[in-house]
Amino acid sequence: MSFSVSLRDVTLTYGDTEALSDVDLTLAAGKIHGLLGRNGAGKTSLLSLLAAFRKPTGGEVLVDGRPVWENVDVVSRIALVREGGDFDDTDTVKSTIETGELRPSFDLEYAHKLAQRFEVPLDKKVNQLSRGKRSVLAAICGLAARAELTMFDEVHLGMDAPTRDAFYKELLAEYMDRPHTVILSTHLIDEVANYLEEVVIVDSGRVLRHDDVEAFQGMGATLTGPADAVDALAAGLEVLAEQRLGGTKSVTVGSALDASARERAAAAGIEIGPVGLQDLFIHLTNPDRTGA
Amino acid sequence: MFDDGTPIYRQIADQIKAEILNGSLEPGGKVMSTNQYASFFQINPATAQKAFRELVDEGVLYKQRGVGMFVADDARDRLAGEFRARFFDDVLKPLIHEARQAGISLSDIIDYLKAQEGALK
Repeated sequence: MSFSVSLRDVTLTYGDTEALSDVDLTLAAGKIHGLLGRNGAGKTSLLSLLAAFRKPTGGEVLVDGRPVWENVDVVSRIALVREGGDFDDTDTVKSTIETGELRPSFDLEYAHKLAQRFEVPLDKKVNQLSRGKRSVLAAICGLAARAELTMFDEVHLGMDAPTRDAFYKELLAEYMDRPHTVILSTHLIDEVANYLEEVVIVDSGRVLRHDDVEAFQGMGATLTGPADAVDALAAGLEVLAEQRLGGTKSVTVGSALDASARERAAAAGIEIGPVGLQDLFIHLTNPDRTGA
Repeated sequence: MFDDGTPIYRQIADQIKAEILNGSLEPGGKVMSTNQYASFFQINPATAQKAFRELVDEGVLYKQRGVGMFVADDARDRLAGEFRARFFDDVLKPLIHEARQAGISLSDIIDYLKAQEGALK
């Protein structure tokens, strides 16, 4: 059983600061969702609500169709792994892992297997671990929770590239082995893009876009060619960025090109290129962008 | 492994088609499962599934419930036919256009093709 997620008109304020404003978001059960946003965009706030670490100021947070706040039955099957892992630093790795057994579906054997594979020493204290190993320990606790909704909030921080790669592999293997809902919050978009099925971009406490990863990949295009021709083709399209080099101009547009636009581009000697998810994200969350 | 331009599911579908055309996947042969594709390419299984769905819709693969995906008996002929149908417009036309831009005449091209045919025989 995988948990679906639904936020209805959710607002979260800390004092005077509105961290989330009128968020309406539904995430289907059993998929790997990417949660992308700049620092302070509201990613961690959103995940904290889903894990019932916080109560919304307004609106409803439902997991598996049920209100999540003070709902032990649901919460015990949700895992939120935050950077650093929220550990008691003076505990040993061994007893930190064993704390996971508070959860009904925790798999201690799997946790030990992962600790061995990722070379996290069981006898050391958490505060003796490097930043990277600490992140790995957090990831291990998240994977071994075998929750119905598992959320990793920037858990890759501190991991080196080979470790991140091994973590994504393990995450995918675990996901295929046992259907559940995963939310990956990250800055390293290009690294995880292929693992995602849906993508949510949050910006300034709001959901900016939510769609299938393929829709994002087809959402934009770069047009490069003679400046006049590029301007003519881009007229009426949402222009995300432009740069000029002599008589050549390159424009990034935030919409797909239809067949007739493609034909006109070819006739005018304009090259059409793709926009990667990461570039699209950078453009969409650019504060200078008008109409965002 | 994948280029950025085309959606990954389409690249996988194209690769499977290429394998059918070049004979490494035979008619009636079993195709790897969605999960095998996903873990081989390190992609979301839904992406691999999309590729399979497209190929089933096109009649290239067929699904046997609980057993797996198989290459349709006429898949190779069908793909070869499709390739023939778009070869002149999609492959040759842009090539001739580029050649002309470089000042290569049509008769040069024809001479070259004829020589190649001789060499290949």
